[in-house]
Amino acid sequence: MTYLAKPKLHHPDLPTNRLGYTRRDYEGAISTLCAGCGHDSISAGIIQAFFELAIPPHRVAKLSGIGCSSKTPTYFLGQSHGFNSVHGRMPSVLTGANLANRELIYLGVSGDGDSASIGLGQFAHSMRRGVNMVYIVENNGVYGLTKGQFSATADKGSKSKRGVTNTDSAIDMVGLALQLGATFVARSFSGDKTQLVPLIKAAVEHRGAAFIDVVSPCVAFNNHAGSTKSYDYVRGHNEAVNRLDFMPRRDAITADYPPGSVQDVVMHDGSVMHLHKLAADYDPSDRVRAMNYLAEHAARGQIVTGLLYVDPYAEDLHSHLGTVEAPLNSLGERELCPGAAALEKFNASLR
Amino acid sequence: MAPKKIEAVNDFVIKFANVNGSGSASANTLFAKSIMRMGVPISPRNIFPSNIQGLPTWYEVRVSQQGWLGRRGGVDLMVAMNPQTWDTDLAEIEPGGYLFYDSTKPLPQSKFRDDITVIGMPLTAICNDAYTDARERQLFKNIIYVGALAALLEIDPDVIAALIGEQYRGKEKLLQPNVHALHMGYAYARERLGGPIGLRVVRSDAVGDKIFIEGNSAAALGCVYGGATVAAWYPLTPSSSMAEAFSKHCKKFRTDPEGGRARHAIIQAEDELASIGIVIGAGWNGARAFTATSGPGISLMQEFIGLAYFAEIPAVLFDVQRGGPSTGMPTRTQQSDLLACAYASHGDTKHPLLFPQDPKEAFEFAAEAFDLADRLQTPVFVLSDLDIGMNEHLCEPLAWDDSRRYDRGKVMTYEMLESGRDFGRYLDVDGDGIPYRTYPGTHPERGAFFTRGTTKDRYARYSETGPDYVDNMQRLLAKFETAKSLVPKPELTAAGYPARFGAIYCGSTSAAMREALHTLAAQGIYVNALRVRAFPFQDEIADFVASHNKVFVIEQNRDAQLKTLLVNDAGVNPASLIPILHYDGTPITARFITEAVGAQVRRLNVRPIQSGKAA
Repeated sequence: MTYLAKPKLHHPDLPTNRLGYTRRDYEGAISTLCAGCGHDSISAGIIQAFFELAIPPHRVAKLSGIGCSSKTPTYFLGQSHGFNSVHGRMPSVLTGANLANRELIYLGVSGDGDSASIGLGQFAHSMRRGVNMVYIVENNGVYGLTKGQFSATADKGSKSKRGVTNTDSAIDMVGLALQLGATFVARSFSGDKTQLVPLIKAAVEHRGAAFIDVVSPCVAFNNHAGSTKSYDYVRGHNEAVNRLDFMPRRDAITADYPPGSVQDVVMHDGSVMHLHKLAADYDPSDRVRAMNYLAEHAARGQIVTGLLYVDPYAEDLHSHLGTVEAPLNSLGERELCPGAAALEKFNASLR
Repeated sequence: MAPKKIEAVNDFVIKFANVNGSGSASANTLFAKSIMRMGVPISPRNIFPSNIQGLPTWYEVRVSQQGWLGRRGGVDLMVAMNPQTWDTDLAEIEPGGYLFYDSTKPLPQSKFRDDITVIGMPLTAICNDAYTDARERQLFKNIIYVGALAALLEIDPDVIAALIGEQYRGKEKLLQPNVHALHMGYAYARERLGGPIGLRVVRSDAVGDKIFIEGNSAAALGCVYGGATVAAWYPLTPSSSMAEAFSKHCKKFRTDPEGGRARHAIIQAEDELASIGIVIGAGWNGARAFTATSGPGISLMQEFIGLAYFAEIPAVLFDVQRGGPSTGMPTRTQQSDLLACAYASHGDTKHPLLFPQDPKEAFEFAAEAFDLADRLQTPVFVLSDLDIGMNEHLCEPLAWDDSRRYDRGKVMTYEMLESGRDFGRYLDVDGDGIPYRTYPGTHPERGAFFTRGTTKDRYARYSETGPDYVDNMQRLLAKFETAKSLVPKPELTAAGYPARFGAIYCGSTSAAMREALHTLAAQGIYVNALRVRAFPFQDEIADFVASHNKVFVIEQNRDAQLKTLLVNDAGVNPASLIPILHYDGTPITARFITEAVGAQVRRLNVRPIQSGKAA
């Protein structure tokens, strides 16, 4: 970390997006995480994605639980409301916030301790409800703030910095999300921004529960030989099935690709994802085959990354509940209170 | 010598002993409502097991021309339909009382008492003759005994028939056989059981425009009127019916007339932790939200309640109290979560509590809780209980003033931010301890802040310094002081004569308390009574205690929680408080209060001559 305050003045020639915001407008406070932490790269990816999508920062609500990853919302989108909730319970708070105002964009940031251990239940239920959100797990397989204990995503047989071997089976967040009905599931690596940024952008535009598992090495406690979440290990075992170009609806499609290598996925709002197939037989529209593919490759020690599953026409929790278009928090007495006359009728039915 | 038969008009207790799942509930309700329709006040109570089928269940109906709606204690007429509980049911009958039972199978003389009137009716035999289907035999048996009771108690059978008509409107196939069964029972009792007994129902006009409703349904409607749009809950007796009633009321009152979309969102969550998390998320984002739960749910929500207190997020929690601790007595009533709610969560916390006494107040306090939560930006608890929540009560009609506006509290709008107002999320600008908040998404450059459960300064910046922490904790105390002026005031029932004894009570104790005060006065024991309606306690509660020699604190738990709260937070002298505690899971009775207070008064009046003073 650095103790230098960020200058408030921007360089006049900084590039702006469609709304006139510079990249700096999407930044937050200076990170207090360790130098080289994978989480900071993810924060940079989030800043980049929201800048490129030209989303007004104040229309985003960023929520998190407790832990290193959950600290990061302070370090991006400084003009967004943030909520550091309690350990493992971000999904329920985000669900409630989403119910109150369906018009904002909800970004949930969590870690493997927060989502796979204490918060596994809430993670699971927010996925199956189809809460319209981007849910990022910054996955380092370790508890950083409490100095290096294994988390529930640490692979069986991997070694801690103190040399202890993990004997518990690992929880695969991506596999769970697929099984639980998430409608956008991806995995990426904090060290691969070109893969990560388009995935975040597509997840933001997706309607429904979008989950991204980002393997994010912990330089302090889990970046040694014997770890399966270190920079070296992930680089050596990364098996990307595709790469993504995300085209918001308003941009003309200009890219030119060799035939057969690209799959276009049109999203509910007209945005287009160009998927560059790296694994020819991988089809991200088939949930069951995706689960099999992941299981087979995991058994070989490979970390499959990319857009793993998407249902571009998914419905979200609000459609399931049939709520009105207007945000519930904008309704007043006129829409909410049935009034004295209705109460009189109600009384009459109880005599 | 056999005691005199009990003779009473419009003033008695009848208890039905049934088997759970036998269909008795709707027949028993029908019985109770028919008396109400004859203009005589009733207060029925379900005493039911944590079971779906097979275990004993009771339905007790207090009939009271004078309008005493609490439990009296004792039973004048027992309708004993459950062999499992025969002995204890029989023992409960007052000397001179009545027993009505199914006499199909002969019972030995030793199974009866000789100081009561025994009325046997071969219900099973009658049903077996009249019906072939097993389910019909069971269900119509219930209606047949209602018919027989109508004849014995002189209830107008046409009133019952009219109620059946309302119940089965549009289902003619069910209507006719039910009315038929009713008349069958009525005719049998007239002809074969010797007609009316000493207990009688006579038409009256003592009900007036009162309504008959469960507290949970009324509280749920209060949430609709109070503007709640988000509800999250996890099934838990005795609170589930409140969430379900909210859903029902919302379908009726909260559906957009154009398009049929919902102006509400209800989530049956995976547990109570998620329920309160959803409520806090919605409250943070400017929607009015609540959860309905009971003691075990409150235990699970502790961490989140502390977050909402410390981060200052509005939330409304309904605790429909049941018998604790642990799973305790899940289908019985208690007032045993007062302390668990008042000081919920770790660290120094205090939360406003509201104590409704009946469904009418459950409705009012529900609506008011949302104003209080928004105004005070904190979790507000409505402490109902199983007695109020899951029993139908006769109460004043619900009322709403159309000119009433929701108090959304201190929310800084786009315009206020745009005009350059200084925004500090935890800045006490008005001296009442309540800061301004902003809803997410309000303004592109101003008003964003980070909500957290960690310490912060007045501008919501993370801070671990002692002075910032103390400053914030002191402001929270000042805010709690402000709450005193906002929560419902206590209600005084003054004795007819100057009294040196006082009584303090809350919630569902009220109904039995009213009757007890009346009975005690008739015995020459005068007690001023103060019904506490909310926590934090206003100064007048401490003044009330100070102005009486002794004050009885009457409540439904073992550890005198209301008394503890009074000593701890109202600063009253513990020596002047005498706890009167009822906690066996049944609703407190007027007799219990009368006897306990009477005994204490007699004890206190025996005093050395030199300090002697008349009572």
